[in-house]
Amino acid sequence: MRRVAVVGVGQTKFRTRRDDKTHPELTYEAMNKALEHAGLDIKDIQAIAYGTMDPFDGIYLPERWDVTSGGIGKPFMKISTGGTTGMTTGLAAYEHVASGVFDIVMAVCTQRVGECVDAQPVLNTAVCPIYERYSGAGAISVAAIQATVHMHKYGTTEEDLAWVSVKDHKNALKNPNAHIKLDIGVEEVLNSPMVSSPLKLLECCPRSDGAVAVIFASEEVAKKIRDNPAWVIAETTISDDYYTGDRPDLSYWDTLAIAGRRLYRFAGVDDPKKDIDVAELYSPFTIQEVLELEALGFAKKGEGKDMAREGVTFVDGDMPTNPSGGVLCTNPIGATGLVRLAEASLQIMGEASNQIDNVEVSLAHAWGGTLQFHTLMLLSSKKKLKG
Amino acid sequence: MVLKFETKWEIPYVHSAGEHGTKFFEALKDKKIMGVKCPECGRVLVPPRAFCERCFVDTTDWVEVSDEGEVVTVTVTYIKFTGLPDPPYATGIVKLDGADTGMLCLLGGIDLSDWKKVHETFKPGAKVKAVWKEEREGKITDILYFEPVEK
Repeated sequence: MRRVAVVGVGQTKFRTRRDDKTHPELTYEAMNKALEHAGLDIKDIQAIAYGTMDPFDGIYLPERWDVTSGGIGKPFMKISTGGTTGMTTGLAAYEHVASGVFDIVMAVCTQRVGECVDAQPVLNTAVCPIYERYSGAGAISVAAIQATVHMHKYGTTEEDLAWVSVKDHKNALKNPNAHIKLDIGVEEVLNSPMVSSPLKLLECCPRSDGAVAVIFASEEVAKKIRDNPAWVIAETTISDDYYTGDRPDLSYWDTLAIAGRRLYRFAGVDDPKKDIDVAELYSPFTIQEVLELEALGFAKKGEGKDMAREGVTFVDGDMPTNPSGGVLCTNPIGATGLVRLAEASLQIMGEASNQIDNVEVSLAHAWGGTLQFHTLMLLSSKKKLKG
Repeated sequence: MVLKFETKWEIPYVHSAGEHGTKFFEALKDKKIMGVKCPECGRVLVPPRAFCERCFVDTTDWVEVSDEGEVVTVTVTYIKFTGLPDPPYATGIVKLDGADTGMLCLLGGIDLSDWKKVHETFKPGAKVKAVWKEEREGKITDILYFEPVEK
């Protein structure tokens, strides 16, 4: 595999609705921002990987419309893997370059959850239609049943989870693209309406309109494009059972732990907490950041709950997470994963809106399906972590 | 100001339950819950399926599991969502005695207004049993919900 770097990142502003633009116009906006960031022209892009989830936008195969934004005549591929769509699209673009087939490939994702008058009927179709759909399981309740088990097993409190929300909302205030901007404390989170116990409204993500583009280039090309590219050190993806009831232990995200160990082995990471400077995790619900921190080795089992409360995951802590404000404040669902990758890349470049000091290694993560898929990418300012 | 146009997807589907699912749903009419055993890992899988996803082999023996089991987890939803039950309702996972997988289901038979009390009653490990519909029709909803074994 060839060495590859992220050389350009473009994001639209994410809002409840982006009525000013049509679907491909949003895509065009993100692509142009990425091209401008990389100092490239659309003619330089050799192929496009595109991600979205059709039913949220109410357009069957929206890629038919969005390909008209810079994609006509180019090799083009659509990716759709639930919440991991964005990250998987990034992985596809990366692999197109790493394989040697292309030198410059763009990943782009557009999602207009805001145009969906009520996204719930779409989310309801995410669980098995024959055995599980009657049970009232929506996106939030599936996260809530994770929280219940974690609280029971480790004594995690509502306040522990509220601190995750306070941290993400505080971070979003620094990000001009973030959707939800609220200056809130623990009390506001705890007093917000109960949605699915123990998760409250301010522990749940919004649904957003927006687009994001990330450009990958081979080593020789990347060096010419910019002097601060984000080198891709390693990437991986993993899948789990379909039925929600098949997962043996909801207090621990074992598939993510397996994927994490795989990633660290590829990358040569011995101690993630020491070797990784910042993480953009896919946490649309507070409990999920806790589970992700534990599965990815940033905390021992049962100790992820302490990290936000103790300030460890805040921007001035030892292990900052979601300095962008994360998924809790911005969720254009099929594009959200690629936003994680974009923000993790910007942290390496030193150009993030809520920049962490001296970032050498960053991690991007997404989960999708009903807790079913995980995708990870490790980026660095160095071409390799060791040797 | 921009113009907006309202559109809608209304798409009905008819899903096959497959041969294994058909046997499962037929058995529900007799208040029986059927699973299958994987010959390789030995897990009893409910709902039954033609192959074990973990071992990639055909499942072989049919096994009847209990309509009683243990709560794995629970949540109570208090907000109305389109297409989901009227709140409050308790969604959880129950691991039936004799099965190695859990079943996503409704929990009930108690007051759901105070979530903390619901989480206490249905705490992980709590014993529950299925409450069956009088007139069963071979659908998953023949099991109305799971209630505490001891009230």
